[in-house]
Amino acid sequence: MSLTCLGVSVDVNTEFEAVIGLEVHVQLATDSKIFSSARARPESGNSVADEAVNKNTTPVCAGHPGTLPVLNEKAVGYAVRAGLATGCKINLKSIFARKHYFYPDSPKGYQISQYDLPLCEKGFLDIELGDEGEITKRIGITRIHMEEDAGKSLHLHGYSLVNLNRAGVPLIEVVSEPEMRSPLEAGAYLRKLYAIVTAIGVCDGNLQEGNFRCDANVSIRPKGVSAFGTRTEIKNVNSFRFVEKAIEYEVERQRQVILSGGTLVQETRLYDSQKNRTFSMRTKEDAEDYRYFPDPDLPPLVLSPQMVEAIRAALPELPDQKRDRYMRDYFLRRLDAILLSSGSTWGRMFEESVALTGKEQGKILANLMIGEGMRLVSEAESNPDAQNAGFTSKQFADLARAVSDQTVSVTAAKQVLAIAFKEGGEVGAIIDREGLRQVSDLSALEPVIEEIIAKNPKQVEEYRSGKEKVLGFFVGQAMKATQGKANPALLQELVVKKLKG
Amino acid sequence: MRNPLSSIREIHDSFDAGSSDPLALTESFFERIKASRHNAYITLCEDRALRQAEELRASLKTKFQGKVPRASHPLYGIPLGIKDVLTMDGIRTTCASNMLQDYIPPFTATAVERLEVAGAISLGKLNMDEFAMGSSNENSAFGPVLHPTHPDRVPGGSSGGSGTAVAADLCVAALGTDTGGSIRLPASFCGVVGLKPTYGRISRYGQIAFASSLDQIGPMTRTVHDAAVLTRVMAGIDPCDSTTSDRPVEDWGAVVDHAKSDSGTLKGLRVGIPSEYFIDGIDAEVRIAIERAIEFLKSEGATVVPVSLPHTEYAVSTYYVIAVSEASSNLSRFDGVRFGMRPDAAMKASTLTDFYKHVRSLFGAEVKRRIMLGTFALSSGYFDAYYRKAAQVRRLMREDFERAFQSVDVLVSPVSPTTAFKLGEKAKNPLQMYLTDIFTIPASLAGIPAMSIPVGRDQLGLSIGMHLIAPRFEESTLLRVASRLEGKSS
Repeated sequence: MSLTCLGVSVDVNTEFEAVIGLEVHVQLATDSKIFSSARARPESGNSVADEAVNKNTTPVCAGHPGTLPVLNEKAVGYAVRAGLATGCKINLKSIFARKHYFYPDSPKGYQISQYDLPLCEKGFLDIELGDEGEITKRIGITRIHMEEDAGKSLHLHGYSLVNLNRAGVPLIEVVSEPEMRSPLEAGAYLRKLYAIVTAIGVCDGNLQEGNFRCDANVSIRPKGVSAFGTRTEIKNVNSFRFVEKAIEYEVERQRQVILSGGTLVQETRLYDSQKNRTFSMRTKEDAEDYRYFPDPDLPPLVLSPQMVEAIRAALPELPDQKRDRYMRDYFLRRLDAILLSSGSTWGRMFEESVALTGKEQGKILANLMIGEGMRLVSEAESNPDAQNAGFTSKQFADLARAVSDQTVSVTAAKQVLAIAFKEGGEVGAIIDREGLRQVSDLSALEPVIEEIIAKNPKQVEEYRSGKEKVLGFFVGQAMKATQGKANPALLQELVVKKLKG
Repeated sequence: MRNPLSSIREIHDSFDAGSSDPLALTESFFERIKASRHNAYITLCEDRALRQAEELRASLKTKFQGKVPRASHPLYGIPLGIKDVLTMDGIRTTCASNMLQDYIPPFTATAVERLEVAGAISLGKLNMDEFAMGSSNENSAFGPVLHPTHPDRVPGGSSGGSGTAVAADLCVAALGTDTGGSIRLPASFCGVVGLKPTYGRISRYGQIAFASSLDQIGPMTRTVHDAAVLTRVMAGIDPCDSTTSDRPVEDWGAVVDHAKSDSGTLKGLRVGIPSEYFIDGIDAEVRIAIERAIEFLKSEGATVVPVSLPHTEYAVSTYYVIAVSEASSNLSRFDGVRFGMRPDAAMKASTLTDFYKHVRSLFGAEVKRRIMLGTFALSSGYFDAYYRKAAQVRRLMREDFERAFQSVDVLVSPVSPTTAFKLGEKAKNPLQMYLTDIFTIPASLAGIPAMSIPVGRDQLGLSIGMHLIAPRFEESTLLRVASRLEGKSS
């Protein structure tokens, strides 16, 4: 029996491609909630878990009968900023709608969202692919709309409890076109979107606290077919790596279903990161009818073109612009520039360090971070028991200066970095304590070289007869004699001079 | 001690004269309420009201030297009844529903708060149709309200408690809410003044929503001047309600005083008679009373212009799509988790769906009917045919009014085709009940101000109300016309 998929016959050798669209919920970093004056995020220094349950509520976000929503202007400004940063058209008139579902953590029985007329439409972002990030692919953004978050249910000792601290926290939902073709592209899209919303300051970017949550719509089709297969939606994954793995699993699962002659059903699935598999949550038949209609409590949101232009004019540097600047001003490799412009911890560390040293040290800083720094961190991550002090941007800045003014060699810099990471402390103090200061003093190096030349007449003869390779021998001997502290460039220069002299 | 059925101004005069004071007046109202069999109140806030009254009495003597501060406190010491759909901090607010029989809100409705800041005393929470859904006040979980003078008849709804309380002297004035006629109909049946202001005039914050795009708070009073005073205090933009208007609030009390004293005030006023509102089926006595009132307006110098509001025939069906759709949404929070009672059976439920089933069965029949209709109208596949279509017709009706108001200043009609009907007479026939509001619904859909003013009585002595409708924010026109009609045409 031959199998077909989307009208094409398929077998184990058929190459399938994935069709992926992403919906990302980005929590806006406003102090108050989207429709009430309650706190939207913990007081600084606190984590969400530190906040007393149901402390951050008012009658409005608790959904008391008789209360009415009043839109937070700051949240609107942030949403517009996100729209402009992703090339969206900003709708000067947009509509809030009610989305109904009965769920205990939704206090009103509906969520205020946008449906027919969202705030932003038709944007895009560019993702970078390939070993050197040299391939650029543009992914369309269908829409960005504003909505409120739900509360949180807690199931404890046979009781279901509801915490409304999160109810009414402002979100934007960023909906992409189904234009990604692999888990890798989906991951690149998420990282770029994350880089953008954190760079423009509208999102705190705390993944553990759910600031950036992703739903993935996944289907597959035989390569070359333009029709879409039956899609499944994987809900609420909050790590980039897990999104990639969940999609990877889902693509393979769908392939197996098709190749075993089964039928894919449109359904919502959840990802279990421990087992690395997705499982069905509900099928389309049980899907809710959200009964959207315009919220009569909120007049249409009308923006002036002047307001939108003012937000556009005040947009900070975007990740792509930053990448280009790093390449242009610091001569970074493209891949390094992408990495350091992506809103990651390293990106922030890099920026802070450059601010301390000035841009002349940009390249050295990038090399220190991407080479040794990241290696140390990832090593530490695979060994969670180890106690490490971690890095500060000042340490990187001091070290970059030390490398640049030849106080330490690059080799010694790596040692300094390892010690700083493990034990902490001032870079200067570490260099002194470990005796890693590079010797660039002529009066110190000259006697050393003269002694080596005197002790090795045979090699001197070889050099003078044209065997220039012997030069390395002398430099190596001198390096050994100075315990690696000699400035290698200076050393070489001196050796040549003495040998020729 | 006090004159029955006094107006705010008369009461203030009696305070000034020292023949009454806020505490004595408030106590006398509680005596009357307790002796009354009208079932007008659901909850009394006696301790709270007496405390308010005591303070006002003391301040009147000490702070204000015995003279009522009418300018700063236009409602000084005036006992009011509050429809039980409006929240008061710490006071049980039931919406006349079993669902909310123990709900105590943690905040006060803006309108109530503004009245109390102006010196008003809240006596208690008035009975109504459950969640303001009804035209006869028979849909209350706390039992029907009786008509003020004819106990076998209904007071109209949904603000039936408000209508009866004002007419039967169980408060000086009351707050009602009007979604499709819920102030105007009981005002007409009970023989009091009822004003539904322009949508957005008075904050809805603290009004438990029935249909948010239609709901509007308004006064129910014994005099036009009282209605003007209450409206002025409550009106104006509220940062808690994004649908309130920043239109300046006018001194409507002064508008009424001026109209009363100037017999030429209606000269040149163009009064529109919508042909669609004078249909067969209007009770003959109602028709005669309205026609006589129109003649009176003419005698005052108004010109009468026939007009047409061609989409009127769709009003009731349009309303019953939009109102029930919004209601189905607004009432979804009463699920027994955050809000709403949990009957014992619900606590034994094994699934969430089963739990909801038991909780939601606490709603009365009319409320359930509207939730089901609204849920249907908003469902995917039906939204375009019902909700969207109704929203389009609503726009056409608004345009009908705009066109009519190009040639007239005010429209007049009966409030209702009949006077107060008997308890139980229409209870079994929802459709007939819905038609009671046929003349009041269009102004609600258009969001324009409208008013009921008593213009006569039928042979049984039942009150007949005339319906006045004006363009957006033209409450002053309504009040001018009503001032002239008041007490003159019957």
